[in-house]
Amino acid sequence: MTEHIDEELAPRSGINWIRLAPWICTIGLFVIWEIAVKLFDVPYYILPAPTRIWGAIVEFGPALWRNSIQTLWTTMAGFLIAIIFGLALGLFIGWDRRIYAGLYPLMIGFNSIPKVAVVPILVLWFGAGWVPAVLTAFLISFFPIVVNVATGLATIEPEMEDVLRALGAKKFDIMTKVGIPRSLPYFFGSLKVAITLAFIGSVLSETIAANSGLGHMMLTAQANFEVPLVFACLIALAVEGIGMYAVMAWLEQRMTGWAHRSGFSQ
Amino acid sequence: MTALVEIENVSLRYRAQAGVESTLAVEGLDLSVAKGEFVAVVGPSGCGKSTLMKLATGLQFPTRGSVTVAGQKVNGPVSMAGMAFQNPVMLPWRLTRDNVLLPLEVVAKHRRSFRRDKAAHHQHADELLASVGLEGAGDKYPWQLSGGMQQRASLCRALIHKPDLLMLDEPFGALDAFTREELWCVIRDLHAEQGVTVVLVTHDLREAVFLADKIFVMSARPGRIIETRLVDIPKPRELDVTYTPEFADIVQELRGYIAEARQ
Ligand SMILES: Nc1ncnc2c1ncn2[C@@H]1O[C@H](COP(=O)(O)OP(=O)(O)OP(=O)(O)O)[C@@H](O)[C@H]1O
Ligand SMILES: [Mg+2]
Repeated sequence: MTEHIDEELAPRSGINWIRLAPWICTIGLFVIWEIAVKLFDVPYYILPAPTRIWGAIVEFGPALWRNSIQTLWTTMAGFLIAIIFGLALGLFIGWDRRIYAGLYPLMIGFNSIPKVAVVPILVLWFGAGWVPAVLTAFLISFFPIVVNVATGLATIEPEMEDVLRALGAKKFDIMTKVGIPRSLPYFFGSLKVAITLAFIGSVLSETIAANSGLGHMMLTAQANFEVPLVFACLIALAVEGIGMYAVMAWLEQRMTGWAHRSGFSQ
Repeated sequence: MTALVEIENVSLRYRAQAGVESTLAVEGLDLSVAKGEFVAVVGPSGCGKSTLMKLATGLQFPTRGSVTVAGQKVNGPVSMAGMAFQNPVMLPWRLTRDNVLLPLEVVAKHRRSFRRDKAAHHQHADELLASVGLEGAGDKYPWQLSGGMQQRASLCRALIHKPDLLMLDEPFGALDAFTREELWCVIRDLHAEQGVTVVLVTHDLREAVFLADKIFVMSARPGRIIETRLVDIPKPRELDVTYTPEFADIVQELRGYIAEARQ
């Protein structure tokens, strides 16, 4: 999509506005923020100006970096488990309409449980630290993967199924030849949603019971009234989130480009 | 001539589902299709034509009565029928050629040798595509083809494993008149060359008369055969034949049956 727009806009103006737009908006946001803080004289412990946050980033650089890496890896660990578990469960649920019908309400129920309520239980079982963070990231992010994989399988065109069954195809053939390839765009699409959820999960757990990670750092900074550092943590989180989202979007484009080009599932 | 498909006094009731009450789709359905024959099935919308297709291929089981294919009572999918529908349903991640070859990966007879003879199969698929006017389309993805081209490719997919039985459910329904007539000729030639048994469901009475040896007219739901019309126009038929009075008479006659059935 964007490529087409690029081609049309680029030669006329000489500047690739589509590519530039996100940068302009981001920089614009910070500029407005800075001006607003200065203009209304907002105290730094309410809303620090971006320059002040930058100061905190420089000052606490090494600690910020260490905790960012910590959060990144707990998130990725939880996300990885979510992928494996989500794929397996999604395949299982989508395999048969009856399983789909039986387990779907259960899944919805599980997903409705606020994960904040689960963290204390996890801490009780595994103690404070990185384990509950990984598990919370996993629990919160596997749901969209399961649902998408199962939906991809459960929505095979009946005609396609008829064509294959009239040739003597078994359920296994239909799933491997049609169902699984067909659910891949759904799967890769769900990764973008799942990765952002995984960050929410790990940080949530870190703010409740951990001794490292961005969530923990934020909590400590808040307790010490280091408001600029709290915001620095938030920005580090946002950067990680955007980065991983971009990786997932790239992966999706790479693996299932046919789905975009063919207008599949739109 | 021996019967390839034999449907005897068959009724089928779709079970009630999610608030929709059960539907008696066909009742007292009786028909037989001889080996190598080209039959067409016409009838009012919703009368059970697609249901008949599913019964004959073992995708649905009769509630009452029996279905026999190639001398065997059907108790599962017949595992040899080629099918094509109004919607070509191609797999968008496979090249058109690989879509056409899909049945060979599935049919028990071919699947073991499929990898070994891949080159030969490729060539066969390309030849088949060429025979329906799709030279070189094998290397394109289905979504790079027009609707009519995809429909041709789906016919190739239905034919690649040299099925004994070809089931076509309104395969030309979504095409423009010119493409449709062109594909009539493609099907006509394929039938003449390969001697495959064809069952064609259609709303287009001219299509039925042009292609079929025998036409079954179905009643409104629950469907049964109310009329069997032999088409005695000599074969091979050219498109010109559709403008002869004799052709028009048969179409007119069929139209009368269906108008009656709809009341
Ligand atoms: N899977 C199904 N479950 C329940 N009812 C069905 C199912 N398939 C078809 N029916 C019902 O059976 C009847 C016959 O359907 P069928 O699809 O055989 O009609 P048709 O003659 O092919 O119609 P059309 O010409 O519109 O394609 C219809 O009333 C339809 O609602
Ligand atoms: Mg139908």
